[in-house]
Amino acid sequence: MNRVVITGMGIYSCLGSNLEEVKNSLYTGKSGIGIDPIRTEMGYGSALTGILPEPNLKKMLKRRMRVGMGQESRYAYMATTEAFKMAGIDDAFLDNNIIGLLYGNDSTAQSVIEGIDKLRAVKDTALMGSGSIFKSMNSTITMNLSTIFRLKGINFTISAACASGSHAIGLGYMFIKQGLQSMVVCGGAQEVNANAMGSFDGLGAFSLQMDDPTKASRPFDAGRDGLVPSGGGATVILESYESAVARGANILAEVIGYGFSSNGLHISQPSVEGPARSLKMALEQANVAASEIDYINAHATSTPLGDKHEAMAIGSIFGGDNCPYVSSTKSMTGHECWMAGASEIVYSLLMMQDSFIAPNINLENVAEEAKPLNLAKTTINHKIDTFLSNSFGFGGTNSSLIVRKFKQ
Amino acid sequence: MERAKIIETTNRFLIDEFEVEPDDIILDENLHETLDLDSLDYVDLVVVIQSHFGFKLTADDFKGVDTFEDFYTMIETHLRKFTQENAS
Repeated sequence: MNRVVITGMGIYSCLGSNLEEVKNSLYTGKSGIGIDPIRTEMGYGSALTGILPEPNLKKMLKRRMRVGMGQESRYAYMATTEAFKMAGIDDAFLDNNIIGLLYGNDSTAQSVIEGIDKLRAVKDTALMGSGSIFKSMNSTITMNLSTIFRLKGINFTISAACASGSHAIGLGYMFIKQGLQSMVVCGGAQEVNANAMGSFDGLGAFSLQMDDPTKASRPFDAGRDGLVPSGGGATVILESYESAVARGANILAEVIGYGFSSNGLHISQPSVEGPARSLKMALEQANVAASEIDYINAHATSTPLGDKHEAMAIGSIFGGDNCPYVSSTKSMTGHECWMAGASEIVYSLLMMQDSFIAPNINLENVAEEAKPLNLAKTTINHKIDTFLSNSFGFGGTNSSLIVRKFKQ
Repeated sequence: MERAKIIETTNRFLIDEFEVEPDDIILDENLHETLDLDSLDYVDLVVVIQSHFGFKLTADDFKGVDTFEDFYTMIETHLRKFTQENAS
């Protein structure tokens, strides 16, 4: 079995448009949440959302490359460009090697709606334009990135609701571990627009604390009332240890465990048992004890039920005197949905590199069920050798990844 | 519409939407090579021509179009026909 290392990462989120900006936001506990007034006009209960600039790719990509890209692909492109740069992957390497692509995505709402709106206006499919189909398919990100970067290995999209990005990394890890690929680009992206989240808002799942948007997302706090939708793009370059050494790459960390499970219960209601099985499997696969985990990046989205169940799952395995530090970076980012499992690996890697635990902001009154956890309410300067990142999604899909600082 | 106006309108969308450098638009140069057109680009050319001139082309209409001059002439011919049909 191959060892699987991380040699590059990139991020485009409401915490910043690159790794440096995001690291500073994480360290200072800066929220990326704001108000999108259009959502109120459209009938949303909550106008809260992550706020991030629209990437302008006009100077970066030719028209033919851009016309099939929707918002989520543009975010993913920005993150992947940064990740390749960090990994030292240039055009010549892309052309001469077999590189895979596994990316998490579970919607293209804006592109679908724009395409159908245009068809209804012109009443002729031939006048919809060539890009509409490529923007509208759920695999839009992998079809665009594989074309732009000329990737020639495994190539598909993982749709697993809010665990999509995490499963993408888990599957990339498996492909390399099994020796089927030596390098796989993995990540997740999430569109951020008023067309994408209406039906989710309609479930009453979003926070209504709009008076101070930066305080609305408050995972594990007794006063939490729902999640704040957000998004962007996050990419990691996974590579076999042999490949990384052969090309003299700088190894950032090693993926050592991937656990997964399905609750087999309700389509939206969380469970304790399902996530607990995913956590245990990740520990077993990584062959590490719970006491060896220095930090848990929780899935906790700030919903009353979800956080409660995750706290109980984490507590059942890690609770007690030696509970590792736990925080939910969603307190700052909001819920980055299809991207979250990938972005939270990037956030945790940034913490690992600079030896700090990013704060679970807005944690004023810890909810009763979260009290057994060692929650980081403020930034803590602390060395991280090994971290675990949880991601859970609708339909009861669960994913847990364990990453360790690289050691020979 | 006068030919000069057709050329001006056509050049404007080639520059704005197909990102052709103005200096590359030369009457007897090859349109397909200058724009580096692939099969999908013709779909977009049909859309943009319909949007600016009101008539709809098909892929067959591009047969015989080599140079920019051919392109302007093809548009002019179809526009004249389209205008006559809508006037009658």
